[in-house]
Amino acid sequence: MIAEAGLAALWFAAAMALLQLASAALGLRLKQDELAAAVRPVAIAQGALAALSFALLIILFLRSDMSVLLVAQNSHSAKPLLYKFAGAWGNHEGSMLLWVTVLALAGAGIAMFERKLDRATLIATLGAQAFIALGFYAFLVIASNPFTRLDPPALDGMGLNPLLQDPGLAFHPPTLYFGYVGLSIAFSFAVGAMITREVGPVFARAMRPWVLGAWIFLTIGITAGSYWAYYELGWGGWWFWDPVENASLMPWLAATALLHSVNVLAARDGLRAWTLMLAVVAFSMSMLGTFLVRSGILTSVHAFAVDPTRGSFILVLLAIYIGGALALYGARVGRVKAGQPFDLLSREGGLVLNNLLLSVILGIVLIGTLYPIVAQAMGQQLSVGPPFFNKTTGPIALFLVAAMAVGPMLRWRRDEANAILEKMTVPAGAAALVTAATFLAADDASWMEIVGLGLAAAVAIASFAPLWRRNLLRTPLFTWGMIVAHFGCAVSLAGMAADSAFTSERLVAARYGQPYYVGPWRIVLNGVAPVVGDNWSAVEGRVTAIRSDGGTPLLLTPQRRFYASPPTDTAEASIRTRVDGQLYAVLGAQDAQGRWQLRLWWKPFVTLIWFGGGLIALGGALSLIGRISRERRSVRRREEAE
Amino acid sequence: MKRWLLWVPLIVFAGLVAVAGSRLIAPPDTVVKSALIGKPLPDFALAPLLPAKPGLDRGDLATGKPRLLNVFASWCVPCIAEAPQLMKLKAAGVQIDAIAIRDTPQAVAAFLARHGDPYARIGSDPQSQVQISIGSSGVPETFVIDGQGRIAAQHIGDIREEDVPKLLKALEDAR
Repeated sequence: MIAEAGLAALWFAAAMALLQLASAALGLRLKQDELAAAVRPVAIAQGALAALSFALLIILFLRSDMSVLLVAQNSHSAKPLLYKFAGAWGNHEGSMLLWVTVLALAGAGIAMFERKLDRATLIATLGAQAFIALGFYAFLVIASNPFTRLDPPALDGMGLNPLLQDPGLAFHPPTLYFGYVGLSIAFSFAVGAMITREVGPVFARAMRPWVLGAWIFLTIGITAGSYWAYYELGWGGWWFWDPVENASLMPWLAATALLHSVNVLAARDGLRAWTLMLAVVAFSMSMLGTFLVRSGILTSVHAFAVDPTRGSFILVLLAIYIGGALALYGARVGRVKAGQPFDLLSREGGLVLNNLLLSVILGIVLIGTLYPIVAQAMGQQLSVGPPFFNKTTGPIALFLVAAMAVGPMLRWRRDEANAILEKMTVPAGAAALVTAATFLAADDASWMEIVGLGLAAAVAIASFAPLWRRNLLRTPLFTWGMIVAHFGCAVSLAGMAADSAFTSERLVAARYGQPYYVGPWRIVLNGVAPVVGDNWSAVEGRVTAIRSDGGTPLLLTPQRRFYASPPTDTAEASIRTRVDGQLYAVLGAQDAQGRWQLRLWWKPFVTLIWFGGGLIALGGALSLIGRISRERRSVRRREEAE
Repeated sequence: MKRWLLWVPLIVFAGLVAVAGSRLIAPPDTVVKSALIGKPLPDFALAPLLPAKPGLDRGDLATGKPRLLNVFASWCVPCIAEAPQLMKLKAAGVQIDAIAIRDTPQAVAAFLARHGDPYARIGSDPQSQVQISIGSSGVPETFVIDGQGRIAAQHIGDIREEDVPKLLKALEDAR
């Protein structure tokens, strides 16, 4: 019965979405306030029903109900409880249901908490949100029903891909989805505002916390995903420019640009049309990413399991939603009044530069990701890899970071060049010092690595400049947020540059007891022993590492794991974190002479990459709390005044 | 700002949808074509492996008649799987020459005794040098060579039942 109830909840949620769209459209068109008043409660009901449907799917997975096709295909009764739970979204149908659930919850969130936006725009926004949801409900019930029964039921399930059996990954997709789909709010806000033509500071202030919230989730999701790939895939890299990764990076880039441009709109009533564009683009990138990942269109050269019907379905939805929003943009934005003018050298100018550079990076990543499809359409097979992306986005990203050092020091409307140069002396000096030191210390570092470390130093200092001559206690929380986030960028950049410039790597055919050297470490493989886990067995290498300058020896235990269902073997890397870097070991196969393949990395300061990512997200959170509490206070003050 | 500029995003997006749609409709293209197809074989000369069978050099593959060049090894399990299909091709009148990779005479003789011997010539490639030079990265692989010693087609992996007509057609086309 649970599966049927889940499907029923899904249908009811879809019906609510239809009702929500109809009452919003008719309410606005016929100026019927009673109809429009229904939109809010219906949006909440839609969110509750979608959430109920998803909760029922989770219950099916927890009970290992093998009469449900999806459970039988993706779960197994012997799986640890956490992975039964996470298995609900570790597959196509379940993850699409999660996608729609987040979409519906986002709509419910707007209906419950949004108080700043004018009524008509709010109704139009909720109508747009329901319109998007409808398409994806249709996709679920027609092409991806997660509740399909299996008759007769399977004896047991086929299990979850062991690579996904990891606590980090269990919560990675939901986090990312809150980010992706949270951006639908910005999209619907933009559509709503284009319909009612109410674009201005009020609109920007209403949209800002929602964008910020989605962006925080995206940042956490990308950072965690990068760390997961780093320790789980055992390649020692943290970013691979894989289409799936790019699919998550593109919405983040657009959302980051939006986050900055919306400030110009809120504070100075500028960049109206541009902000609307970014709001549309950000969620469009989310949907495009979903399409690229789900249709298998990009992986077709690698003979990936592809379902063209699903791909076509999502493509049609994409054409309707993105095409519709862009058509509305073309027709309406010309009539949105231009905002306030500003000087080139001003806070606005700095934010425009930020937006331009982020957009260029976004464009490059988009072109690089889609180019294989276009090339294949012209009869050429190729793949675009890290060398292209690193070479093209790297310099622009460095330029962006340099701009980040200056931007927060600029004043709104106009500023003096001399004053800026004066404020920049300390950061610029630090940059010069670090650049020179790196240049002398690491003779084989590339110019990007050297400049990257220098700029990281400059931004790390400059990010605190907004506090200069300010009462720290009276500095608003969102300013602290900006400082922490920018500082996080510097930290992350330092990690990337240090990892790229100073990593030592070795691949050895290790004999027991023989020492090998990587970076400052002396490594010995002492032996190999069998170990067993919940649903896997493994051979585990016992590796000791001693630093050349002494200290206590470290034990590393890289494993080769064998999972019974589905039969798979994986390499489980062993990582030891020190203050100044990570030691990373992967055990490979044994050769005919009894030697074990052992891959070793010493990665100085690599952890800063994800620590910086965490700081960026923390900065976002501080900023969000600061914005919300300031709005609350101003509402209270207004009420008291009345 | 010019009004028409506002429509540029929509036009770009429409182009993207068109390309993506055409790729979805097009039959999935899962084969990466070898860059050496259409190119002449590099010059090589391999010593015989078995006393009863001649070795193989480039000239043997440019006699005017299309033939198959099979890259195999006695230690390779999929090579056993494709042996019946090779015998079928031989029965259809196809001339098949072979390169044995990293192999010994005893092992190959035992392999052929057990699984059938479809080969006219076998060249021994103990270091995989010729294998790599003709663009083969594993065993088994089968090349269709036209009469002039050019690579007309490359089949990677074992030859299945359904591949036999495809190879026969490729030989016909190479004529």
